Amino acid sequence: MKLAKTLMMTAAVSLALMANAAHAENKKIALVVKALGIGFFEAANKGAQEAAKELGDVEVIYTGPTTTTAEGQIEVINSLIAQKVDAIAVSANDTDALVPALKKAMDRGIKVISWDSGVAKDGRLMHLNPSSSPLIGNMIIKLAADNLPDGGDVAVLSATATSTNQNVWIEEMKKVQGNYKGINVVATVYGDDLADKSYRETQGLIQSYPNLKAIIAPTSVGIVAAAQAVEDAGKVGQINVTGLGLPSEMAGHVKAGSSKSFAIWNPIDLGYSATMIAYDLIGGAEAKPGAELKMGRMGSVKLDDNNEGAMADPFVYDASNVEEFAKIF
Amino acid sequence: MADVSPRIIPDRLQGRSSRLLKSWESLLLVVAVLIFTINSFASPYFLDPWNLSDATFNFTEKAMIAFAMALVIIAGEIDLSVASIIALSSTAMGLAMQAGFDTPTLVAVGLATGLACGAINGALITGLGLPSIVVTIGTMSLFRGLSFIILGDQAFTNYPASFAWFGQGYVWWVFSFEFALFIAFAVIYGVLLHWTNFGRAVYAIGNNPTASLFSGVRVGRVKFILFLLTGLMAGIASICLTSRLGSTRPSIALGWELEVVTMVVLGGVNILGGSGTIPGVVLAALIMGMVTFGFGLLNVPGIVMSIFIGVLLISVIALPILWKRARRRMAH
Repeated sequence: MKLAKTLMMTAAVSLALMANAAHAENKKIALVVKALGIGFFEAANKGAQEAAKELGDVEVIYTGPTTTTAEGQIEVINSLIAQKVDAIAVSANDTDALVPALKKAMDRGIKVISWDSGVAKDGRLMHLNPSSSPLIGNMIIKLAADNLPDGGDVAVLSATATSTNQNVWIEEMKKVQGNYKGINVVATVYGDDLADKSYRETQGLIQSYPNLKAIIAPTSVGIVAAAQAVEDAGKVGQINVTGLGLPSEMAGHVKAGSSKSFAIWNPIDLGYSATMIAYDLIGGAEAKPGAELKMGRMGSVKLDDNNEGAMADPFVYDASNVEEFAKIF
Repeated sequence: MADVSPRIIPDRLQGRSSRLLKSWESLLLVVAVLIFTINSFASPYFLDPWNLSDATFNFTEKAMIAFAMALVIIAGEIDLSVASIIALSSTAMGLAMQAGFDTPTLVAVGLATGLACGAINGALITGLGLPSIVVTIGTMSLFRGLSFIILGDQAFTNYPASFAWFGQGYVWWVFSFEFALFIAFAVIYGVLLHWTNFGRAVYAIGNNPTASLFSGVRVGRVKFILFLLTGLMAGIASICLTSRLGSTRPSIALGWELEVVTMVVLGGVNILGGSGTIPGVVLAALIMGMVTFGFGLLNVPGIVMSIFIGVLLISVIALPILWKRARRRMAH
C-alpha cells in the first residue's frame, strides 16, 4: 500500500517535471501589479489566465511587491529581467521611477506595456487605459449627482497623493463639475489605499463638513472604508458613498444603504486584454500611434499619439446587479 | 583549607580561533553560503553575473546607511529619520535641478542636505539631551513632511543625463558604481569602528555612557558625529536612489528606516548597544539581498519574503540566548 503510494507520488512528480519542461517553450508574460493581495488585481490575474488558456502557448507570471512602492516594483522587474520573460505588463506605483528599470528590460528585448496605472512614455511600448480618464472623471461625479437632485456638498477620498490614475480622474472630474448644478466639491483627502487611514480620513470629513451629502472615493480600498465609516457614524441615508469599487467588497454596503451605486470596469477584462496585447507585441505587432492591437474577445485597441489606448466604458453597479457580480470579483 | 595551588588567569576568555568559530559572523556566513547554494540550485538564472549585478541594487543603498546606523546603535542610540532624510535630500536636489544647476552641484546639494538633517538630529539629541528615538521619530515626520509640502502630488523628473551614472552606471564590467561604493564604505566603516580610538569610544559609550564620560570620552561630541554620519550616508543613498529612479517623489524610500534597522540587527548588532561588527552588517546586507532576489526569481510572493526575514531575525536573536541557556544547563 505504502509502496503503491510512493510510486504514484513519484509518477506525479515526474509528470509535473515533464509538464514544466514542456512549458519551457511557452512565452512568458509577467503581470506586475501594484501590490499583491488586492482583490482588483487578483481579478485581473483571472483574466490573464483566461487569455493564456485561450492562446495556449503562454505562461502568465502574476507578481508584485507587498507594499505599493516603486522601489518594490523595481526589485520585481529586475528579477523578471533576470528570468528573461518575453513581456512585462505592469500597473505602476510611480509614473517616472519605473522608467529606468523598464528601459533596461526593453533593451534586453522584453516587450513592456503598462495597464491600469501608467508608466511615462519612455518606459513602455504602449499603455492600456481601462477606460478613458474623462469618462471616469465624469462618471464618478455623475454617480454622486444622480442621487442629489438639489445639489449639495461632496468630498473626495483618494488613494495616495502620488497615485497617477486617481489624480488624473479627479482632475477630469473637476473639469466637468460645472455640468452638475449645485454640486460643490468641498475637500480632497488621501487615505493612502490603507483601510484604517481611509476610515479615519472619512471620520474627519464627516466631522468637518456637517452638510456633507456624498463621498466620492475613486479607489477600491477607500470606498469600502468610507462606506463602513458612514455606517458606523449612523449617517446612512444622509451621506451617499460612491466612486470606484469592487462588487464583492461593496455588495454588503449597497445592501446596508451606505452606497447607492458605484462604478468599475471589469478587471477580468483588463487583465485579459493586457495579456492579449502583450502576446500580439511578442508576435511582432508594432506599437505606434494609430496602430490597432488585438485584444481577443475584447476586440482591438487603437493607439493615440502617446501610444495609449482605452479598453471600454466604466460600468455602473447598484442593488439590481451587484450581488451577481460579487460572485465574480 | 588554604588553597595554595597556583591559578592561571587566561588573558582572554576564549581562544582567538574558537571565538571566531562561535561568532555571530560565522553563523551569518554559513547562512549566506547556504542561501547562495540553494538559490543556485533553485533557479537557472541565479548564477549569471549580470543578474547578480542587478540584484545588488536591492540592498546597496540601504546597506550604506546601515553601516552608519550600526555605529549609532552600538553607541546605544537610534536614528529612525534616515528614510525621510533621503526624501528631503532628493527633493532638495530636485529643486536645484529645476534651478538649472549641473550634476556636481546636485551631488553637493544632496550631501549638504543629508549633513544638515544629521546636524539637526545631533543637536537636538546631544545639545538638549533628548532621547534619540523620540527626536528621530519627530524628524522622520518633519523631513518627509517638508518634501510633501514642496512636491505635493508632483514629481521632479528630467534629471541631467550625467546624473544617471550614480545609480545606473558601472565602474568595471558588471560592478556598478553603487556596489563599488558599498564595498568602499564597508572598508571605511570597518576601519573606523574596529581600528580607531573613535571606534573604541563608540563601544564604550554603548556599554556605559556615564563611565565613558568619566573616563574622558567626549560622549556628546562622538554622538553628534555619529548622527552627522547617518545624515551624510542618507544623503549619499539619496543621490544613488534618485539617480537610479531618475525622479523624485515625496514617497521615495518609504519605510526604509525599518529595513535598515533590520539589516543592522540581523548583522548581530545588539539593539541595546555595546556590541556588533561591520562584517556582520555586510553579511546581513548580502543575505537580505540574496533572499529578496532568489525569491523574486522563483516568483514567490513578497509577503513570504517578509515572513522569511522576520523568522530569520527572530531566530538569529533567539539562537544565541537558547544556546547559552542549554550550555548552562549542561554545565550543571
